[in-house]
Amino acid sequence: MAQIKVLVLRTAGTNCDGETCHAFNLAGAVSETMHVNQLIANPALLDDYQILALPGGFSYGDDIAAGKILANQLIHHFRDAVSRFIAADKLVLGICNGFQVLVKAGILPGGANGSSTNGIDTTITYNDSGKFEDRWVYLQPGTSKCVFLNADQRIYLPIAHGEGKVRFADEGVFDRVKANNQIALRYVDADGQFGDYPVNPNGSTDHIAGLCDATGRVLGLMPHPERFVHRTHHPRWTRETIEAPDGMTIFTNAVKYFA
Amino acid sequence: MTWRIEVSNKDGFTDVHGGEIAVDIKQLGITGVDSVRSIRVFEIESEFDESALKRVAEELIVDPVSERYAIGRSAAPADMPNATLIEVHLKPGVTDPVADSALMALRDMGLEAKAMRTARKYVIAGSLNEQQQQLIAQKVLANDCIEEVVFGSEAEPPNPYLKPYQLQIVTIPIRQLDGSALEQLSKDRDLFLTIAEMETIQRYYRDLDRDPTDIELEMLAQTWSEHCVHKTFRGTIEVTETGGDEDKTFVMDNLLKSTIAAATRELAKPWCISVFEDNAGVIEFDDEYGVCFKVETHNHPSAIEPYGGAATGIGGCIRDPMGTGLGAKPIANTDVFCFARPDKAIDELPAGVLHPRRVMKGVVGGVRDYGNRMGIPTVNGAVLFDDRYMGNPLVFCGNVGIMPKDKCFGQAQEGDYIMVVGGRTGRDGIHGATFSSGEMTHEHEDLFSHAVQIGNAITEKKVLDTLMEAREEGLYTAITDCGAGGLSSAVGEMGEELGAVVDLEKVPLKYQGLSYTEIWISEAQERMVIAVPEKHLARAQEVFAAENVEATVIGRYGNNAQLTLRYDGQQVGQLEMDFLHNGLPKYTRKAVWQKPQLTEPDITEKTDYTADLQAILSDFNVASKEWVIRQYDHEVQGGSVVKPLVGIVNDGPSDAAVVRPRLDSERGVAIGAGICPQYSDIDPYWMALAAIDEAVRNLVCVGSGMERMALLDNFCWGNCAKPDRLAGLVRACQGCYDAAMAFGTPFISGKDSLNNEFQTETGETINIPGTLLISAMGLVDDVNRCVTMDLKRPGNMLLLIGETKNELGASQYYKLHSELGANVPKVDLPVAAKTARSVAQAIAEGLVVSCHDCSEGGLAVALAEMTFAGGLGAQADLAAVACAKDVTRTDTILFSESASRYILEVDPVNFGKLAQLFKAVRWGQIGQVTDDEKFVIKDVSGQTVVQADIAELKESWQAPLRW
Repeated sequence: MAQIKVLVLRTAGTNCDGETCHAFNLAGAVSETMHVNQLIANPALLDDYQILALPGGFSYGDDIAAGKILANQLIHHFRDAVSRFIAADKLVLGICNGFQVLVKAGILPGGANGSSTNGIDTTITYNDSGKFEDRWVYLQPGTSKCVFLNADQRIYLPIAHGEGKVRFADEGVFDRVKANNQIALRYVDADGQFGDYPVNPNGSTDHIAGLCDATGRVLGLMPHPERFVHRTHHPRWTRETIEAPDGMTIFTNAVKYFA
Repeated sequence: MTWRIEVSNKDGFTDVHGGEIAVDIKQLGITGVDSVRSIRVFEIESEFDESALKRVAEELIVDPVSERYAIGRSAAPADMPNATLIEVHLKPGVTDPVADSALMALRDMGLEAKAMRTARKYVIAGSLNEQQQQLIAQKVLANDCIEEVVFGSEAEPPNPYLKPYQLQIVTIPIRQLDGSALEQLSKDRDLFLTIAEMETIQRYYRDLDRDPTDIELEMLAQTWSEHCVHKTFRGTIEVTETGGDEDKTFVMDNLLKSTIAAATRELAKPWCISVFEDNAGVIEFDDEYGVCFKVETHNHPSAIEPYGGAATGIGGCIRDPMGTGLGAKPIANTDVFCFARPDKAIDELPAGVLHPRRVMKGVVGGVRDYGNRMGIPTVNGAVLFDDRYMGNPLVFCGNVGIMPKDKCFGQAQEGDYIMVVGGRTGRDGIHGATFSSGEMTHEHEDLFSHAVQIGNAITEKKVLDTLMEAREEGLYTAITDCGAGGLSSAVGEMGEELGAVVDLEKVPLKYQGLSYTEIWISEAQERMVIAVPEKHLARAQEVFAAENVEATVIGRYGNNAQLTLRYDGQQVGQLEMDFLHNGLPKYTRKAVWQKPQLTEPDITEKTDYTADLQAILSDFNVASKEWVIRQYDHEVQGGSVVKPLVGIVNDGPSDAAVVRPRLDSERGVAIGAGICPQYSDIDPYWMALAAIDEAVRNLVCVGSGMERMALLDNFCWGNCAKPDRLAGLVRACQGCYDAAMAFGTPFISGKDSLNNEFQTETGETINIPGTLLISAMGLVDDVNRCVTMDLKRPGNMLLLIGETKNELGASQYYKLHSELGANVPKVDLPVAAKTARSVAQAIAEGLVVSCHDCSEGGLAVALAEMTFAGGLGAQADLAAVACAKDVTRTDTILFSESASRYILEVDPVNFGKLAQLFKAVRWGQIGQVTDDEKFVIKDVSGQTVVQADIAELKESWQAPLRW
């Protein structure tokens, strides 16, 4: 298998770039971080990679709204390069702040054929609790088209955000997203049942924790898979047997996609 | 022209911020408010037309799904005609990071704007009189230090522009002043210098045959401030002790060197890389890396402006490891807070004091937002409550960093450029160093608002990212942070040997109008100073520019140990480094320890202590801090091993945190703390021993080894010019020495914050309890061996290691009965060290399933916490507890806070090995883990004295701070 190259994009306020690289490397890829200024200067740099990851953090301090300023840069400086990247059968992963960027740039949920829509019809807004929270959540895949996920594998990951509530502009958008099987992950309890807070930690529409685009090759999710790639990451590793760290599923599937 | 956009939520989207404000107003005791709507305001100065403005609104500022907007200034909405409108604007010159980001985004869109400001607007529905409106504005909506309030929709917001500065060199005639005039000068200029210090300065300038300029005087005041030079710790103290077995008098020359630092020197651990020299203490982590740790306080700013004070507290503390050696990468934050009880009635507060609940919310918010944005996990902490912290809350912020072993030292060289990296300089934080060295009064809220700094975490994160790169490329020879005292302190310290020439007009400013002195002493945040050799200058500038970090050369090192300060080529100040750093007169202070005459109370014995246990679990000091902890990202950087919350549903109280700073290694760092100011009320000596024992216990409980365990001391004390306060401090320091020697745990860094007293309007002085925070760091060879405190398997045995003594003095149990008592826990140091080593060994050998220490609330509380954290019951038998001979009562065994005790859950198959391991200490097999979710304790005669469902106990523990 040829080396799979991952670009982990960072900018002012990005802060999960190191562990995201580490997770991809554990999965067998070769990852590199790049500052957005470099990509703005030369968007063609993206062509050298198979996977683009937008890691967690507080890009530009989440000023104006979470992910908004970086999304604005993506739209005005390298949207074409990203569109080309997706069209070339490559993968994009947005984690937490990266998910917020993809939504605010219109890449997620995106149009029916995987292209960006013209307008922004989805947002990720303040948690119902009104505060930033770090807690672990169970996640049930809602689609079989997302290449990052095993459709029947419930996973357990931490969230750490203050703005994680997915909302659609109207029922039409929600219906389209459902019809296209784009609901990648939903918050559930340990037994797979839906529930109110804290099972659904932010009040997200339809318990949505992650969305993929219509191709299934772009995934955005609020939880942090890179924070569960070692058995001791699990909050109960001292009392439970940990077979394999759930977060690795996402990174391993991404790398395997190119096998 | 100035365009204005007002952004509000669409119907059906919760106005989270408005809702919080409504709650806060209610808590203020104002009931007439029906609802609060919050509106974001953007004022944009630009020549673009309305169609461009609409583009800005719709594409950038407004969320098309959840928000709507209006152009221009709107009156009260149609459905709320009688609503009160209040706008909160930033004061001129205050940094507006949202506006800065938005300006950049405008350029990304191909648009230009001259300036932008943001504001918040509140539409408050309900009937409010003018006085209530003012109260809401002052206490809930705005922070007077940095914000201005505008009522209604007509009044003009403040003009953001300031006048330019005209150079005027100010000379202060001091040579002819008499003593009282010198004192008045010190007072008028907020120098906080004593008469002896002022006279020393006067003599120096008489010898020079000239008067000082203002910048020279300010720099001396800053460098000589208690905050920067720790006069109390370095002076001579004549100590008298009375009231004990025999009166004695002795002299301590340099308290720090003769106690805390003496322990480090005498222990001489080879793994200590750099101690008490740099911004943080460094120890060896593995063959390639060192880890450093620093804890600081930010008390007075947090009293005035809790959010900003705490945010800049953690921001400043993070810069310490960044400014240690050639710069460490921060890997974990810690936070310990002391507040007054948050349920105080508003009319019980002295004038000039913020409500403790507001202080707590603000402080937690500040640490949360700064730490989370920096991408540093906040992994360990504590929150304590005592009403004496009312006007003087304590905010301890800590940071651990990691650095390659060959980057642990730096030294500026002759001719190196002085480069300031990061944030711009503004008027914020002027006089912070001197302010924090004085006593708080009810007037401080107004007088010292300028001493509060304004933080921006993203600026600091950018500085960190680029500095790490510059460090790897070896582009600079030395680094330090701009903390208290600003450039004056940073350049003054780095150039102590060499001297320096600085051109102050080159320092980049946030806004015009700053005098050369303000530039020099400003404590504006997020600035680091590095020394860059000429050959690396161009590359260094390139590295910072690549990520939009401002880096400016403001001068050069090397000037025959003289400091020359210039503005536009004119000399404004000239100081000898030697006088600056060594001219401070030595002190002799008196300390008088009057042993308090205390007695034990007479409390009636009971047959059932379940209610007492529940009451202690509900005490704010013991109760769950989950509300605080969850707001911190404690897992970022991907190294989390033992989290602050553990157990079957992830909500039990962990003893300490363990992180794995190198993701490719199984080696970990354990981080914990000990703090028990309540014992200071009986004797600060025993308080210090108890705090160190607690810190050590906490680390041992999660699986840290004892071989490489290091301590930090942070003293927050009252006014040490008063002999009784100083005597307590001396005793605490003696305790630190004794305990560090016994445990073999050197101190590697520390800091003191003295003058933590508050003077009320009526002249009453409220002195905080003598508070010593011991922070501790230990190494874990293999993180897979770590343990947590939650019970794990029914049928396992429970062992109580350590002796229970008649030590309820200053305990939670006595507090419940409004008593202090006399029998403060007295750590038996040789036994304590032996016990800690045995428990550490048992854990290292894999013989322990769970481990928790007994601290506040004693055995009963510790065991209860283990049950509900693990979701399992326990049965315990007090007859099996290893007690001292004078322990005769059930309540003593249940709630005594004797130190050096650990509760272990163990598999019965390992009992024999453990009995062998613990043969040199006292212990007992006190019970077992059960599967019935019941907590049952029987007294020595077999009677049940505590019986409860673990769910009830957990509810008692969780309810008080479930906000």
